[in-house]
Amino acid sequence: MPYFLAYEQFNDLISALNALGYRCLGPQVQDGTIVFDDLTDAKQLPWGMRDAQKPGQYRLQKSELNESFAWANGPQAIKPLLFKPKESLWRVERDEEGAFTFKETLPEHKPIALIGARSCDLAGMAVQDKTLLKGQYGDQQYRWHREHLLVIAVNCSYSGGNCFCVSTKTGPKATSGYDLALTEIQNGFVVEVGSDKGRDLIDSLHCNEAEAAEIAAAAQRSIDAANMQTKRMPKDNSRALRDILMNNLDHPRWQEVAERCLSCGNCTAVCPTCFCHHQTEHPTVDGNGSVHAREWDSCFTQGHSYIHGQVVRDTTEKRYKQWLTHKLGTWWDQFDTSGCVGCGRCVTWCPVGIDLTEEMAAIAGESNVVVDKKEKDS
Amino acid sequence: MNVIDTPIDTKIVARSDESSDIFTLTLQFTDTEKKDYAFQPGQFNMLYLFGVGEVPISILSNGVDNRLYAHTIRRVGRVTDGLSLLQVGDHVGLRGPFGRGWPLDLAQGKDVLVITGGLGCAPSVSIIYHILKHRADFGRLFILQGVKHSSDLIFKKQYEQWAALPNVQVALAADSSQPNWPGHTGLITELLDQINLDVNNTLCMMCGPEGMMRASVQRLTQMHFPEEAIYLSLERNMECAVGHCGHCQFGGDFICKEGPVFNYPQVKALLNKKGF
Ligand SMILES: Cc1cc2nc3c(=O)[nH]c(=O)nc-3n(C[C@H](O)[C@H](O)[C@H](O)COP(=O)(O)OP(=O)(O)OC[C@H]3O[C@@H](n4cnc5c(N)ncnc54)[C@H](O)[C@@H]3O)c2cc1C
Ligand code: SF4
Ligand code: SF4
Ligand code: FES
Repeated sequence: MPYFLAYEQFNDLISALNALGYRCLGPQVQDGTIVFDDLTDAKQLPWGMRDAQKPGQYRLQKSELNESFAWANGPQAIKPLLFKPKESLWRVERDEEGAFTFKETLPEHKPIALIGARSCDLAGMAVQDKTLLKGQYGDQQYRWHREHLLVIAVNCSYSGGNCFCVSTKTGPKATSGYDLALTEIQNGFVVEVGSDKGRDLIDSLHCNEAEAAEIAAAAQRSIDAANMQTKRMPKDNSRALRDILMNNLDHPRWQEVAERCLSCGNCTAVCPTCFCHHQTEHPTVDGNGSVHAREWDSCFTQGHSYIHGQVVRDTTEKRYKQWLTHKLGTWWDQFDTSGCVGCGRCVTWCPVGIDLTEEMAAIAGESNVVVDKKEKDS
Repeated sequence: MNVIDTPIDTKIVARSDESSDIFTLTLQFTDTEKKDYAFQPGQFNMLYLFGVGEVPISILSNGVDNRLYAHTIRRVGRVTDGLSLLQVGDHVGLRGPFGRGWPLDLAQGKDVLVITGGLGCAPSVSIIYHILKHRADFGRLFILQGVKHSSDLIFKKQYEQWAALPNVQVALAADSSQPNWPGHTGLITELLDQINLDVNNTLCMMCGPEGMMRASVQRLTQMHFPEEAIYLSLERNMECAVGHCGHCQFGGDFICKEGPVFNYPQVKALLNKKGF
């Protein structure tokens, strides 16, 4: 049974999380975008803010709605909390005889409660779980962060100009992966429970059960958000894209997109599923220890495909081809899923506005534009 | 026992120089209790140079003591330069073994054709050791080695020893050669015409530069050698060895996990494309 959390109770939610030992992170306006940062008061939320997103464009503006979650995703997903941009993996000490003692370095910080993750972000997390948690080898640091994270999702009531989660079947309503999921309606939120932790939390707040009209209003919000989407991934992001891409490695479109692409790697940095990283070494000043760490890398860098005497992907064309064939194609071979969850971030944050749905459309020969429902019916 | 996440300490118990820039380090775990580390020929370790980083290096048993792990390394950059300066008694970190090795079980009862180019010979030496150790399980052994210049050839003595064994044929090729080079001067693919292959009962294992491997596959298929009987070892940048860092991706395969040894039909499509 869903509950209703009134706006006035939002700070109780934050206090309850703090009392349970969580550091609360929530969305707030910073540097012209919406990012996740420490949240201590509901006042910090992006009240009345709405984004305008287009390929290569993101602009925040005030809307007449005085709601706190009436915006579509900003540049961050959940990824930076679980698979951190930089993190140490192990450290080594050298004794007088020169022998080494290696020790894994696990994170040490309070568990985090993230408020405001979107459905596509949860889908992105599920994809990264397959890479870093569930394969033949797990990643210790990722597992630690994952076990110390509580997720309070907020369902989208609005879709941005680059969102296409309907076609990728990853939104706009969250279906799994959350502890609690909120949908904003008039004066508060309809709350759904997704885990035992979420249940204990909501029980501690003594909320009313949501009324039928509130539940219906929330459901309508998700429908409205879905209907706003104008973009789609060809072939509904299915496995069919794999063969289409791999059978078109010599398509003229690759060269054409390479002329626009700056090979900057913004798309891989904002993508909630990209996992590439580079390992680095940080010796201590006394010379007897060293920390082995990793940081995000991108297939758009020279170093990514460097082997002695050769850079395998020495041109932008080869790099864009790696990105798109991996993301939409060979990800299926590796993880039995697409690597794209339809969040649209790589489209928004691309300095030259390259839109992967459009590139895919050019190669697949199927449109990336949603046919207007009314048009379709008539 | 595998050492996956964090390296463990090993000590250099022997060191030899194969040429001016190629050397072999034989490592032993300092924790001598670790008796259950086992590897397959063709697998690799990540060797860690203190304060600098890790590199993937193929594992060679020295063919005598199972608890000593030899690594033949070419000095090409930061980590390998540093490793080349180490001496007996120095320590090296090790994670491994990783990847899938050579399909030696499939080769049982068959002739084996080993084709290598450049330092490709390091991973293939482990095949040769294995076959010589279990000689009765295999048929004839052909070893074809190609180098750019005849002076690049390492393991000269070993080749001579192997060539003297019954049912073993060694053929060497150098693109350019000095006088008194005992091998062929020309392409390694030309050596395939000099040996008496039973194309229907041979397993081919190759490693080395991709151009050399592509040319060899082409010549073999012209000779009606079945593609399914060809295995090759691929090389890409590797930093994690566990399928997480993404550097070694070759289409849908992580070379560190699904490779480095692949059956040719599995990688054929991309091997002939640029950029993967
Ligand atoms: C499965 C496998 C087995 C190998 N076996 C051997 C062997 O037995 N003997 C041997 O001499 N070499 C082997 N190599 C190649 C060896 O790993 C590289 O020569 C080495 O990584 C170069 O590191 P560097 O720091 O000295 O050079 P740099 O040029 O300074 O390289 C910088 C970094 O790039 C990466 N890198 C560069 N070249 C390669 C490469 N060829 N492969 C993977 N990563 C690379 C490494 O992370 C390296 O630390 C193998 C490679 C692979 C993938
Ligand atoms: S590829 Fe682009 S749209 Fe798809 S999940 Fe990544 S950032 Fe989002
Ligand atoms: S190869 Fe490129 S597209 Fe694939 S995960 Fe790595 S950075 Fe992302
Ligand atoms: S070496 Fe990191 S994924 Fe293979």
